[in-house]
Amino acid sequence: MVALLEVEDLKAFYGQTQALHGVTFSLQPGGITTLLGANGAGKTTTLRAICNMVRTVGAIRFDGRPIEGLATEEIVRCGVGHVPEGRGTFTNMSVDENLRVAAYTRSDKAGVERDREMVYEYFPILKARLAQQAGTLSGGEQQMLAISRALMLGPRLMLLDEPSFGLAPLIVQEIFRIMRRINGEAKVGMLLVEQNAALALELADHAYVLETGRIVMSGKASDVKSNEAIRKSYLGY
Amino acid sequence: MEQLLQQVASGLANGAIYACLALALVMIFVSTDHINFAQGELSMFSAYLVWQLIQWGLNFWLALAIVAFVSFLIGVMVERVILRPLHSAPVLSIVVVFIGLLAIFHSLAGAIWGHTIKDFPSPFPNIAFAGSGYIGPHQIGMILVTIALLVALFSFFRFTPLGLAMRAAAQNPASARLAGIRVDWMLALGWGLAAAIGAVAGSLVAPVVYLEPNMMASILLYGFAGALVGGIASPGGAVVGGFIVGVLENLIAYLGNLLEKTTGVYIIGNGEKLTVALIIVITVLTLKPSGLFGHVTVKRV
Amino acid sequence: MATTATTANSPVTAAARPAGHKWWIWLMVLLLALLPLLGGKTGLISNYGFLQLSLMIVYAIAVLGLILLTGFNGQISLGHGAFFAVGAYTSAVLIDQASWPYWATLPVAAIVCFLVGYIFGMPALRLEGHYLALATFALAVAVPQFLKYRHFEWFTNGVQGINIFKPDPPFGLPLSADQWMYLIVLFVAVLMFWIARNLLDSRAGRAMMAIRDHSMAASTMGVNVAHYKTVVFGISALYTGVAGALHAIIFEFVAPDSFRFELSIAILVGAVVGGIASLPGAVIGGIFVQVIDKYADALTKKLTTAVSLPLDLEPWTIYGIALILLMYVMPMGIAGGLTALWRKLRGS
Repeated sequence: MVALLEVEDLKAFYGQTQALHGVTFSLQPGGITTLLGANGAGKTTTLRAICNMVRTVGAIRFDGRPIEGLATEEIVRCGVGHVPEGRGTFTNMSVDENLRVAAYTRSDKAGVERDREMVYEYFPILKARLAQQAGTLSGGEQQMLAISRALMLGPRLMLLDEPSFGLAPLIVQEIFRIMRRINGEAKVGMLLVEQNAALALELADHAYVLETGRIVMSGKASDVKSNEAIRKSYLGY
Repeated sequence: MEQLLQQVASGLANGAIYACLALALVMIFVSTDHINFAQGELSMFSAYLVWQLIQWGLNFWLALAIVAFVSFLIGVMVERVILRPLHSAPVLSIVVVFIGLLAIFHSLAGAIWGHTIKDFPSPFPNIAFAGSGYIGPHQIGMILVTIALLVALFSFFRFTPLGLAMRAAAQNPASARLAGIRVDWMLALGWGLAAAIGAVAGSLVAPVVYLEPNMMASILLYGFAGALVGGIASPGGAVVGGFIVGVLENLIAYLGNLLEKTTGVYIIGNGEKLTVALIIVITVLTLKPSGLFGHVTVKRV
Repeated sequence: MATTATTANSPVTAAARPAGHKWWIWLMVLLLALLPLLGGKTGLISNYGFLQLSLMIVYAIAVLGLILLTGFNGQISLGHGAFFAVGAYTSAVLIDQASWPYWATLPVAAIVCFLVGYIFGMPALRLEGHYLALATFALAVAVPQFLKYRHFEWFTNGVQGINIFKPDPPFGLPLSADQWMYLIVLFVAVLMFWIARNLLDSRAGRAMMAIRDHSMAASTMGVNVAHYKTVVFGISALYTGVAGALHAIIFEFVAPDSFRFELSIAILVGAVVGGIASLPGAVIGGIFVQVIDKYADALTKKLTTAVSLPLDLEPWTIYGIALILLMYVMPMGIAGGLTALWRKLRGS
């Protein structure tokens, strides 16, 4: 089976500063992999590097096809839905327009309609807020919108950058429950970056732990979770 | 009273042109954060193209449609070829490039068509109608075309996927890329649209001010004033601002004349129109840079 | 976005140049000052030639004014023709109406322009980058109309403008009027460049540049940004205004339409072509402005026939293309480009 995403010896730079020092990992179709680590470990940078939003060196293959060096929008068009840090809401547009923008690249009307209904089913609150300006949504609602926008692309891989950030625990649980459903029903692979390691390990099947731009350990999520030494030294709980 | 109404009516007509230009300026500003100092000369150049096609026997509207399309292509080219490589250049470089473009279009028009003033036919039939004492057919036509243009643009940006994508690209380029939108092309399209709108503005104002290479210099200043009054980041506001400035300009001159007639003191008249525009520009810029209808936008750093 | 012309590592400025090179500058000045004796006597340079040289120097001063503002303080102006006009009119009106001697009008023009610039600098404080460009653009476009204002007509003479006469050299010096004015202009220019040099080397100069590079950081270091920016606007207007006054005197004529938008553009182009953050750049820019003004037509004609275009190109087309190309190749102007080249050659 060809891996959905393969990253090999990936290095990333912000100006002169190197933020990733050769990261290698892969993700199976339909799998959920999580990247864990402290602040500044390079988790967000890894996601950004996959979408060519920072200067990178290294090989990235999506579904066996090399995508390194492609423009961000072209990578997205391959089927990579990136839910960015800060959610990337189009604040001056309505919720409806946000969703329409997200489906901009698609020409299959019926499919778009279907995905719309799917999104409404996952997040009924968005349907109630369709005409509302997206900037006025609550943080949780904006996160739901961000995930929905990525879904409207019809992706096969979603890159999720701290979906729990700044949200109340109840809402976080809700969002993670939906993410599990999305993974199961829409057969979307997920690469999840999280500060909240306990939560992420609950959802993911594989985990990689990053430290200062390097992968320091990896394994099955359940193994990582049950290994107290790792939890204590790297994940802080 | 009658005179006052007349002044307001012709102010609205002038305002229509300012509104068109303001719209073109806003179009470029929202997508690239640049103020296009060459907008006036581009419009003038387009008006000449229309004139040329009319000379070759084309109907005004057909000529305008063709030129609007050609201008669109010119706009796209200017963005892609000239401005794109300078994307991260300092503001001064960008401003200088705009000045360079201004010089090029200005002198090309002079070189190709000469500097003598040319008559430009009005596309609107010269008929009498109720209220034609206040406002001429061409002036009504200018207002109607502007409003039609605004409605068309509004629908385009609100309802079509491409319009939405352009708005998304202007608002949040990074996020737009993550929706698979080719942001660079959207900016170029914004330029193209601006150039096309400018073509309409130039061709509508040419019958009023006559065709010559300098025709747009002062009109552009009013376009700036209109854009600023309405909020340089808000297309709807720009149009309203254009109309406000057009009326304001005439009213100030009217009041100046009235004052002179009644008291014999001259303060302000037609000769000070540009100074009025200057004062409007500086006042709005310093007191309310977001304009009457604009909201404060977060500055991109 | 706030920093306009330069970044920290750009090949800025004469300010960074070692002092050891200074002697040859003074030698050049001396040679220039002797030109009327050498060139004039032998007939090598006509009176017309001296007028041309004077105009170059005048534009160099005007460009220097803009360079101080834009290159060293980061404020863009597309409207320096306005200050040039104010200086020219101040001088012409005083000579014409009050029969002042020409030399006495220069300090008055300087003061008036400083005040005008200072006042304009206050609203400009709130503007940055494109917005400031826009405000000054409006100023440039409005200038001729402003000069024609009816209530000013009694001293500006309206559209007709003012004719004045070039002064004869004093003490019966064996010089023509053009040669004498050339010396005056040269003297004023040397004085003003020398002052500018010292200003930039001073604490105040460093504060100016700090504001340009990072106004927020400058203000946290205790630089009064608002005060500096307005004063620099005033000084810049003063420089360009004095140039305007000199121009009025040697050209013997002022009229509203000599101060159209094109003049502001010419000053800007001079600054950009010469080198926006360099004093030698101002000299190059001044020469450029006058040469273009003088020879662009002929040059364009030659070029048009050389490539056998079916079109009589106008100078501005080439001007525009050259400007845009320059922004790609040498965004720091000729002086900046030469400095960078020099550094590269020396391998540092």
